[in-house]
Amino acid sequence: MTITDLPQPNPGRARLLGTATLLVVAAGSAAGLFLVPADALQGEVQRLLYVHVPAAWLAMLSFFVVFVMSVLYLIQRDPKWDLLAVSAAEIGIVFTALALVLGSLWGKPTWGVWWTWDPRLTTTAIMLMIYVGYLTVRSFADDPDKRARWSAIIGIIGFVDVPIVYLSVLWWRTLHQPPSSPRSMAGEFVYVLLLNVAAFTLLYVYLMLRRYRLAVAERHVEELRLTRDDGRIT
Amino acid sequence: MKSSLALRTWAILWKDLLIELRTKQSFSAMVFFAALVLFLFGFAIGPDTATLSRLGGGLLWIAIAFTGMLSLGRTFQSEEVAGGLDGLRMYPGEIRAIYLGKLLANFSMLVVLEVVLVPVAAVLLQLEPWGRFPLFVGITLLGTFGFSVIGTFYASLTQHLRARELMLPLLLFPALVPVFLGAVNGTTLALAGDPLDRIGGWIRLLISFDIIFFVVCVWIYPLVLEE
Repeated sequence: MTITDLPQPNPGRARLLGTATLLVVAAGSAAGLFLVPADALQGEVQRLLYVHVPAAWLAMLSFFVVFVMSVLYLIQRDPKWDLLAVSAAEIGIVFTALALVLGSLWGKPTWGVWWTWDPRLTTTAIMLMIYVGYLTVRSFADDPDKRARWSAIIGIIGFVDVPIVYLSVLWWRTLHQPPSSPRSMAGEFVYVLLLNVAAFTLLYVYLMLRRYRLAVAERHVEELRLTRDDGRIT
Repeated sequence: MKSSLALRTWAILWKDLLIELRTKQSFSAMVFFAALVLFLFGFAIGPDTATLSRLGGGLLWIAIAFTGMLSLGRTFQSEEVAGGLDGLRMYPGEIRAIYLGKLLANFSMLVVLEVVLVPVAAVLLQLEPWGRFPLFVGITLLGTFGFSVIGTFYASLTQHLRARELMLPLLLFPALVPVFLGAVNGTTLALAGDPLDRIGGWIRLLISFDIIFFVVCVWIYPLVLEE
């Protein structure tokens, strides 16, 4: 399989998706900021929910995508799965970090501390470290095929590990409010939250398309360098 | 086929242990390094024996993890001379025997290290492991096995990377969080007593982690060594 065969997303459709995403994200933010009333107990700070939960959702979604792409790569050895995996890992790290920062900002006024050793918070931080390891391994491997194979293995091990990390931290500490679920929230809050989840998911698809395009371009450059220098890496 | 896997595993294990027995330098260096880490904890935390013995389980496991990490890095480096790994790979039979042999070699090295380290730690940190000794030994073995399973796997994976000394702990320590929590809490309960009977949960966690990752690592190991 050569790099020139890699499928490319249609730029026109990607632009259309980008415009749609922008509109839905704007609508979700407006609804979260102005449409729903502030929380009776926590006040305005509770509005962080409408970005914190979607960010955490994207973090988990990304790492699931990394896992699936890693498995597909190891079975089919098609470079496009590897490039999709690294795109998902990078976007996942951004949203994991966002979810952590937002959780911390939310924690200060509600719990009185920037950080608690809460199971979900701690697992998210460990998950971030696992996938930073994934990206770092890639930057230290020169051969594209080995890089893809090694990082796919790490993507699989990491994905198997995260639930066990969560359970172990859960046994270690148990003092978080139960996860927000439709049952513990009033109707209008749920709709606004779902709207924001949908907006972030659209944003995710759009970012994946852009990042994958970039990954293909990077591979082209790498391939050109390898041929020009007779296999020597500069 | 079955016997060939066991034979090959045994051959690699015996080869590595023999190298260690004949040279001995790296083992004594490991023991002194681990003891040194315990001394550093003493200096960092202060000479208050009550505090030291309360933190004993955690300190012991940090010493084991740091020392073990350094010895893992060497596991596959010994094969780099004169294409040792290519030689091992070219022998007929299961390639998984390389992983299993190295895993058992690492595990045995760490267990021997712990046989020396635990009495030293007991003296320095005023620990009392003798009261519930079988429980203490069981948890230590389960934790050490989990550490060796992931450790040997990642040591092999990072062998050909640039900056592998940095990459091994960066990959290993986050993946080991369940082992670390299970081993530290289990050890602490075995040392200090367990009035609420919580130790069973940690033992089950360690056993599950060991089994899951042993199966996964053995299963996908051939992909690591593929050329």
